[in-house]
Amino acid sequence: MSEQHLDTTERGTAVPLATLRPPRLPRWAPGALLVGSVAFAVVVGVVGRLHSHLQWGLIAAVVFVAATFGLAWRVEGRRHAVDRLASLLVWACFLVALLPLASLLYETVRRGVPHVDWYFLTHSMNGVLSWQAGGGIYHALLGTVEQVAIASVIAIPIGLLTAVYLVEYGRGRLAKAITFFVDVMTGIPSIVAGLFILSLWIMMLDFGYSGFAGAMALSILMMPIVVRSTEEMLKLVPAELREASLALGVPKWRTILRVVLPTAIGGIATGVMLALARIAGETAPIILLVFGTNMINGNVFEGAQSSLPLYVYEQWSFGTEAAYDRAWAAALVLIAFVMILNLAARAVARWKAPKASR
Amino acid sequence: MAKRIDVNGLTAYYGTHRAIEDITMHVEPGAVTAFIGPSGCGKSTFLRTLNRMHEVTPGGRVEGKVLLDNEDLYGPGVDPVSVRRTVGMVFQRPNPFPTMSIYDNVAAGLKLNGTRYKKSELDDIVEKNLRAANLWNEVKDRLARPGAGLSGGQQQRLCIARATAVEPDVLLMDEPCSALDPISTLAIEDLIDKLKTRYTIVIVTHNMQQAARVSDRTAFFNLAAIGQPGKLIEIDATQKIFRNPSVQATEDYISGRFG
Amino acid sequence: MTRTAERAAERTAERPGDRIFSALSRGSGIALLVIMAAIAVFLAIRAAIAISRDEGNFLTTFEWDANADPPVFGIAVLLFGTVVSSVIAMAIAVPVATGIALFISHYAPRRVAATFSYLVDLLAAVPSIIYGLWGALYLVPRMGGLYDWLDQFFGWTGIFAYDGTPARSLMTVGILLAIMILPIITSVTREVFRQTPKSNQEAALALGATRWEVIRMTVLPFSRSGIISASMLGLGRALGETMAVATVLSPSFLINASLLESGGATFAQNIASQFKEAGSMGRDALIASGLVLFLLTLLVNGAARLIIARRKEYSGTAA
Repeated sequence: MSEQHLDTTERGTAVPLATLRPPRLPRWAPGALLVGSVAFAVVVGVVGRLHSHLQWGLIAAVVFVAATFGLAWRVEGRRHAVDRLASLLVWACFLVALLPLASLLYETVRRGVPHVDWYFLTHSMNGVLSWQAGGGIYHALLGTVEQVAIASVIAIPIGLLTAVYLVEYGRGRLAKAITFFVDVMTGIPSIVAGLFILSLWIMMLDFGYSGFAGAMALSILMMPIVVRSTEEMLKLVPAELREASLALGVPKWRTILRVVLPTAIGGIATGVMLALARIAGETAPIILLVFGTNMINGNVFEGAQSSLPLYVYEQWSFGTEAAYDRAWAAALVLIAFVMILNLAARAVARWKAPKASR
Repeated sequence: MAKRIDVNGLTAYYGTHRAIEDITMHVEPGAVTAFIGPSGCGKSTFLRTLNRMHEVTPGGRVEGKVLLDNEDLYGPGVDPVSVRRTVGMVFQRPNPFPTMSIYDNVAAGLKLNGTRYKKSELDDIVEKNLRAANLWNEVKDRLARPGAGLSGGQQQRLCIARATAVEPDVLLMDEPCSALDPISTLAIEDLIDKLKTRYTIVIVTHNMQQAARVSDRTAFFNLAAIGQPGKLIEIDATQKIFRNPSVQATEDYISGRFG
Repeated sequence: MTRTAERAAERTAERPGDRIFSALSRGSGIALLVIMAAIAVFLAIRAAIAISRDEGNFLTTFEWDANADPPVFGIAVLLFGTVVSSVIAMAIAVPVATGIALFISHYAPRRVAATFSYLVDLLAAVPSIIYGLWGALYLVPRMGGLYDWLDQFFGWTGIFAYDGTPARSLMTVGILLAIMILPIITSVTREVFRQTPKSNQEAALALGATRWEVIRMTVLPFSRSGIISASMLGLGRALGETMAVATVLSPSFLINASLLESGGATFAQNIASQFKEAGSMGRDALIASGLVLFLLTLLVNGAARLIIARRKEYSGTAA
C-alpha cells in the first residue's frame, strides 16, 4: 500500500490505485513556513532598508505562499499543492479586504470622536470661517432629516403600491416591463437622478434650489429599493392566507391591506429602513439641487439647505485643519446615523422573522 | 479489487448528539450488504462514516475504527480525500453535475487522479462504465448533452457509472432507489447484482423487499427512542435475517409490527 | 397566486374599492416607468441643446470650456477616465470579492463566516462621501511608496511611470472604487455560491475531490453567470460613483499615459466639480455628459439583469 501502483492486468484500464496514506506535510509545516517567511522578510527589509512595513508584509506573504506551494508540490503532489494554494489565496482575499475596511472605520472614529460634542450637534456653521475651529452640524442634520423624510413620503407609497401591483395584480407585459426597469433603476447613478430633477424642476419649471428638489431626487433613488424588498416580502406570504380571506368573502383590496401587508410588515419595514440608510448618505444630487448653506433653514420648500454628506464634502474641500476635523466628525455622525438605521432594520427583521416563517 | 471492511466500536456524533453508538461489524468483500432499520436509526450516518463523508457535515465527528483490509480509515496520516477515492458513493437523489455533459460526468472523477489520459483511453473508460451501468445504449448518441436532461432512473445510473469510473474498492449506496419509479428501481437492482462481483457493495434501503432481493447479508439498526443513538441490532445472512432472526426486535420490524 | 384565488378575485373585481385599489397600484407601477422615461427624455432635450451649440466635437474634443463663448467641450477625457478607473476597480475587486465570497461560503469557520458576512453587508451601507474622505486624507498619502516601487520596476512601460506628486490619480481612484464595490459584489456572489446544490458538492467529494476541486467542479461552473452579473452590478456602481472620485482625483482635461500620475476626469466627478461654476450653457453641457453616463450604466445594468433573468429560467427548467 505504500506506493501508487498501476493495476492493469485485472481491470484492463490504467487507473492508479490510491493509497490511503499519501505523503503529507507535517502539521507544523505551515506554521514553520510562516515563521520562516516573516523572518526572511525582516532580514530583507533590514538589509535592503525598506521603510514601508507594507513592503515587509508583502514580501513575507509572497515568500510564504510560494514556499508552501513549492513544498506541497514536491511532497504531496500537484493536487494537494493546488488545494493549499487556493486556500491561502482565499484567506489572503479575506485579509486584504479586511485591512482597508477596518482602517476606514478606525480612522473615522479616531479622528471624529474628539470633535463630536453637544455643541457640535446643536450649532450651525453660521459666521464660522473655514480656518476657524468650532461650528457644528445642526443645520446639516436638520436638512438631512427633512430631506430624507420628504423623500420617504414620496417614495414609500409609490414603492409599496408598485410592489403590490407586481405581486398581486401584475401579469403580462406591463408587469415584466416594470420588473425590468425597477432593476435597471436600482443602478441609476445618484448624480443622474440629480441632473434629471435639475433639468425638470429648476431649469424648466424655474423653481429655486431647495431641500424639496433634493428630496425628489432621493426619492427616485429610494423607490426601486423599496419595490424590490417589498416584492420579496409579499412573495413570501403564503397563498393559502389570501385564499382563506377571499373565501370568507373579503374583497381583494381589503385582503391585501388587512392580511397580506400586515403579514409582511416586518420585512417591508426592514427594506424601507435599509433604503433610508442608503439615501441618507447620498451627496451628489444634494450638490446639484440643495446647494448648501451655512445657516439653519428649516423650510424644505424654500431656499438652500445643507445635509450631512454635503457638509462633509464642503468641509473637506476647504482644506484647512479645522475644516478637516469637522469633516471627520460629521462623517462619524453620518456613519453612526446610517449604522443605527441598518442595525435597527436588522433587529426588526430578526424580531419579525420567526412569525413570518411559521 | 473488492475489499473487506471491519468496523470496531464506532460512535458518530453531530456536535454533542450521538447519532450512532458503538457499532462493531464486518462487511464481506465482493458481496452486497444491506442496512435496514426505521427512520432516524443512523444507518445513513453510519454509511457516511465508511468513506469519511460524515465529517463533512458541520459538527460531524467519529470515534472508533473502520478497517479497510486492515488499514484504519481514521488512523493518523490517512487522507480523507484518498479514502473517498477508494470508497465510492451513490446518493439518495441522483446528482449528476448540472453544468457537465453525460460524458464529462462519467469522466469527472478520472480528471482528479493527477494522471493525464489520452482521449481514446478516456473514451474507452467512459464507454465501459456506461455499459456496466446498463446505460450505454440509451445515451451513446447524446454523450455531449447535459446529464440533467436524463430521466431520474437514467441519472441515477449515470451517477453509478461516475462512481465506478474511478474504480473504487467499495461502493456505498444511500437509498439509491428511493427517488425512483419501480421500473428504474428494477434496473438499478439488476445493476447492483452485476456489480457485486467486482465491488464490495453496501446499500442502505427503506424497502425490505429490496434488501431481500439484492443483498447477501443484512444488518438491522434500531434506536431505543427518538433522540437516542442508533445501534446495530444484528447482522447476518439475508436469508437468516428474513426467515429466522435471532433478535425479537428484528422480527417485529420485518413482520411490520413497528417502523 | 393560485387559480382559485384568481377566480375569487375576478368575482370581486367589480367592487369600487377593488377598482380604486388596483388602479392605484397599477398607476404607481406606471409612474415608475414614466419617471424612467422622463429621465431619458429630459436629459436628452437638454443634451440636444448643448450639443447643437458645441463648437468642438462632443465625442472627441479634449476640452471642457462649456461656459466660454462659443462653448467647446467633449467627453473623450471623461469617457477615458471613467472607463479606465472602473476597469482598474473591476480588475481588483472581482477576484478579491470572489475570494471573500468563497471564504464566507466554503472556507471560514461558521461563526466567523456569519459575523464577517454581516460586516460586509454593513460596509455596503457606508456612504460614498466617507470612502471619499478616507481616500483623500488617508489613502492618497500612503500610495506614494507603492507607486515609487511600481515605477522602479515597471516605469519603463509608461503606464506605471510616477513622478512623486501626490497620488491623486486614476489608479488611486480605481483602488478606492474597488474597495467600495467589494461589499456589493461579495454579497451577491456569496448568495450564488450558497445556492450551489449540496448534493453536487457531496458527489464531488465522494469522488475524492479536494476542497478546491469541489469548488472548481461544482461551485464555480454553477455560479459563473452569477459572478458575471454581480460584477456588472459592481461596475454600474463604479461608473456612476461621484463623491469618492471628486475627493480623490486631481482633475485635468488630459489623457495621461501614466495611470499613477495625477490627472484625468470622470463623468460624475466632472459634473460635481464643475456644477457650481457652470452657467446655463455649462449646465446643459454637464447634463449632456450625464446622459452619456446614464446610457452607459443603463447598458451595463440591463446586461447584468438579463444575465440574471436567463440564469433563473435555466435553473428553473433544470430543477
